[in-house]
Amino acid sequence: MNVPLNVKNRLQQKRKKDHDRTLKIGKSNNIKLLSFPYIIWMAGFIIIPLFMILYYGLTNKNKHITLENITLISNPINQKALLLALELALISTVICLLLAYPLALILRKSHKRNNSFIVLIMILPMWMNFLLRTIAWQNILEKTGVLNNILSLLNLPTLNIINTPTAIVLGMVYNFLPFMVLPIYNVLVKIDKDVINAARDLGANGWQTFAKIILPLSIPGVISGITMVFVPALTTFVISTILGGSKIVLIGNVIEQQFRLGNWHTGSGLSLVLMVFILLSMAILSKYDKESEGSHIW
Amino acid sequence: MVKKFFERFYIGIILLFLYAPIIILIGLSFNKSKSRSKWGGFTFHWYKELFQNREIMNALYTTLIIAFLSALIATIIGTAAAIAMNSMRKTPRTILMGITNIPMLNADIVTGISLMLIFVALRYTLGFTSVLIAHITFNIPYVILSVMPKLRQLNPSTFEAALDLGATPVYAFFKVILPDIFPGVISGFFLAFTMSLDDFVITHFTKGPSINTLSTKIYTEVRKGIKPEMYALSTLLFVTVLLLLIIINRRGVTKKAPITKI
Amino acid sequence: MTDNKLINLINISKAYGETVVLDDLNLYIRENEFLTLLGPSGCGKTTTLRIIGGFETPDQGKVIFEGKDISKLAPNERQLNTVFQKYALFNHMTIAENIAFGLKIKKKSKNYINDKIKYALKLVNLEGFENRMPDSLSGGQQQRIAIARAIVNEPKVLLLDEPLGALDLKLRQDMQYELIRLKNELGITFIYVTHDQEEALTMSDTIVVMNQGYIQQVGTPEDIYNEPKNAFVADFIGDSNIIASTMVEDKVVNILGTNFPCVDTGFGKNKPVDIVIRPEDIDLVKPEEGIITGRVTSLIFKGVHYEMEVMANGHAWLVHSTDLFPVGDEVGIKVDPFDIQIMHKPTSEDEEAVELEE
Repeated sequence: MNVPLNVKNRLQQKRKKDHDRTLKIGKSNNIKLLSFPYIIWMAGFIIIPLFMILYYGLTNKNKHITLENITLISNPINQKALLLALELALISTVICLLLAYPLALILRKSHKRNNSFIVLIMILPMWMNFLLRTIAWQNILEKTGVLNNILSLLNLPTLNIINTPTAIVLGMVYNFLPFMVLPIYNVLVKIDKDVINAARDLGANGWQTFAKIILPLSIPGVISGITMVFVPALTTFVISTILGGSKIVLIGNVIEQQFRLGNWHTGSGLSLVLMVFILLSMAILSKYDKESEGSHIW
Repeated sequence: MVKKFFERFYIGIILLFLYAPIIILIGLSFNKSKSRSKWGGFTFHWYKELFQNREIMNALYTTLIIAFLSALIATIIGTAAAIAMNSMRKTPRTILMGITNIPMLNADIVTGISLMLIFVALRYTLGFTSVLIAHITFNIPYVILSVMPKLRQLNPSTFEAALDLGATPVYAFFKVILPDIFPGVISGFFLAFTMSLDDFVITHFTKGPSINTLSTKIYTEVRKGIKPEMYALSTLLFVTVLLLLIIINRRGVTKKAPITKI
Repeated sequence: MTDNKLINLINISKAYGETVVLDDLNLYIRENEFLTLLGPSGCGKTTTLRIIGGFETPDQGKVIFEGKDISKLAPNERQLNTVFQKYALFNHMTIAENIAFGLKIKKKSKNYINDKIKYALKLVNLEGFENRMPDSLSGGQQQRIAIARAIVNEPKVLLLDEPLGALDLKLRQDMQYELIRLKNELGITFIYVTHDQEEALTMSDTIVVMNQGYIQQVGTPEDIYNEPKNAFVADFIGDSNIIASTMVEDKVVNILGTNFPCVDTGFGKNKPVDIVIRPEDIDLVKPEEGIITGRVTSLIFKGVHYEMEVMANGHAWLVHSTDLFPVGDEVGIKVDPFDIQIMHKPTSEDEEAVELEE
C-alpha cells in the first residue's frame, strides 16, 4: 500500500519540479534576449574588426599570406620606437603608481560622503579637451614657459624638458594618473574597517597593518590601474607628437604614420605586435581579477 | 597634526598638477596676443570671435550630436545587455564580460584602426555615421560597468513580487527594476557622453576627410598653432560643466548623481 | 571569577558630533568574569567595547587595566583581543595564516606557532582546516576561526562584539554553549556585547543593561530577571506586566484600585511606583479564590506553556501557565507577595540612569 503512494508522491513532486523549471527557463530566456543587440553589435564592431587587423597584418597588397609586416618590427627604426615606447610606458606606470597609491590611501581616510566628490575631481579635467590639456603642458615646459619663469624667479637653474622623453613621460603621467588613482581607491574603500582593526587588535602596528593587510588586499586595484595606465601609454602617438617634438618616435607614431601613408598591411602587422603586449597585460589582469569581472576598474 | 598637514599638502600638489594646464588654458582664452607663448593683455575678443567661426561651431555641433546620440544608444543597448547578463549563468556571463572589457582595455589606436578597416572592407564611406558607430562601440562597456553593480544590489524578489501581484514583465521592469538601477543608468550615460566628448584617437581613424569633431580640429591645428577661439570654447564648456556639477552637488542629489559609481 | 577588578572604566563620555553615545559611564570588570553589555541598538554597548579595545578614544574619562591607564594606547599595545561582529577574517590568507597573524608579529618560533594553530583549531572543533581559505567556510565556521585567531594570543580579556548576530537560531544556541565551554577552558575574562536578552541570560556571570548611553542595571542574570530596577529593564528582559501603581504603605501596594500584599518596604506612603510581575508568576485560579477577577480574552499555545491575556481592572494581564483557561472564562488572579517587584518611578530618563549608577 505504501509503495504506490510513495511513488505517486514522488511523481507529483517531480512533475511539479519540472513545471517550476520550465517556468523559470522560459522567463529568464526572455530576459536573456535583451542581450541580443549587444552581442550582434560587439561581434560586428569589436570581434570581426580585430580579425580584420589579423587579416591585413598577415597579408600583403596582393592578398598573399606573409609574415613580412610583422618582421618589420625588427627594422632598427621600428625596434627603437617599440623599445622606447615600452621604456617610457613602464616609467610612467611606475610613477603613476607611486603617486596614486599614497593619494588613494589619504582619500580613503577622508569622509565617506566625499566619495563621489573625489571621483568627480579626478575626472573633471576630462571636460577640457585632452589635446588642449596636453598642449598646455607645452606652455608650462617651454624654454620661456611657466615652469622656467617660476624657477628663474626663485633663482634656480632653468630646465630644458620640452621635446625630450621626460616631457613625454610627464604628459603620460598627467593624462593617465586618474586611471591609476580610481581603481586603487575603489578597492581601498571596500576594505572592511574591522579587518584593519582586527590586525591592529592582533598586535600589528601601522606599518605592519599596511604591509600585511592593506597592500595585499589592494592588489586587484593596483593591477587594474597598471593595465589602465600601461596600455594607453604604450600605444599613444598624440602625447609624443605634442610634447616630444618631431624627433622622438614611439611605436604609436610609427603605426599612425603607416596608416596615414596608406600602408595598411604594414600598420596592421605592427599593430599585431603591439597587441601581443596588450594581451599579455590583459592576461595578467584577468589572472588577478577573476571575481570582480573588472567592475572596480570604474 | 604634522601628518595631517602633509596629507593635505600632498593632495594639494596632485590637484595642482591635474589642474595647472586647465588654469593655463583658461588664461590663454583671455590672452590678447595670438601667440600661445606671449601675454598680450586681457581681452574678451576670442569669446566674440568664437561664435563667428563657422568651422569651430560646426565641429562643436558635430561633437555634441555624436556625444549625445552615442551615449543615448549605448545606454539603451548597454542597459539591456547588463540586465540580460545579470540573469545568465556564470560561464556565458564571464565570456560576455570579457568581450565588454576588450574596448576598455585595448589600445584606442588598435580599436580605431580595426573599426576603420571594417568600414573600408564594407565599402562604407567614412563620415558622421562611422564615427557615431565607433563611439557607440566604445561607450557600451562604460554603461554596462555602471549598471552592473546596481543590478547586483537588486533584490531579485522584487521583480518576482511585482509579477506575483499581477504585473506584466514589461510593466514590472519599468515600475520596479528601472527605478532601482536608474542611478547606474544615468551615470553610465554621463560617463559615455564624457568619453565620447574627450575621444580623439578613435575618431581620428574613423572620421574620414569630410567631418571634424573638436578633437580632430584641434589636432590639425597642433603644428600651425591653435586658434585662440578654441581656448575660449573649451573654457566655456569646462565652466558650464563645473557649474552644473556644483548645482547638482548643492541640491544634495550627490548620492544619486552621475558618476558616483564609476 | 575573582573579586580582583581587572578593568575599570572611569567617567567615560563619548559623543559623535551632537549625539551623545556615552555619558559619564562607570563600570568595573572582574578577572575571569563573563560580563555582557546588553541593550537595544544605539545604547552605547558597542562603543563601550570599542573604547576598551582601543578602536575609539573616549572624549573624557579613563580606561584602567590592571591598575594602569591604557586610554591612550593603540589597539596593538593592549593585552586584549577582539572577535568582531562580521568576523573580519583576512580573506587573502589561509586559516592557518589568519590564526598565526598575531603570533608572527610577536616573532614566536615556528614550532610554537604550529602548535598553537593545532591547539586553537582543536579548541574550536575545526581540526584540519589549516589550508582552507576563509570564504570557503560557513558563517559559523568563520566565527570559530575569528575566535581561534584571537585566543592564540593568550589575551587576558576577550572582547566579543555581537559575535553570533549573523548566525541562525540553532547555530546560535550551539555556539552559546561552545562559548561557555571555551571560557571555562581558557579561564580568561569575556566581555560580550549583544542585544539578545536570552543570549545574555544564558551565558553571563554579570549583565550590564544599557540604554541611551546610560547603565540601567548591573547584576547577575537572576537579579536582572527577578528584580529589575526600572521599567526599561523589566520590559527589555523577558515578557512582563509593568503597571503604574501606588505604594500605600510598607508591604501594601495598590494596583489598579486593589490592594496587593508585597514584601517591599521603605518607599514611603502613597508614593507612585512601577510594579512588574512576570507572566509566569501570575496564578490563574477560580474567581472566588483570586485577589481580583477578570475574563480571558486570548489564548495562544506556545509549546511549553499557554500564553493568555486576562482583562481585569481595565488592564490586559499577560499570563503564562501550563493550565488552560478557554477564552471567555471568568478567572481569579493571584500573585504571591514576593513575585511583585516594586520599582521607583523615574521622572526622566536622565534621572533614572544617574540614580542607578550610584
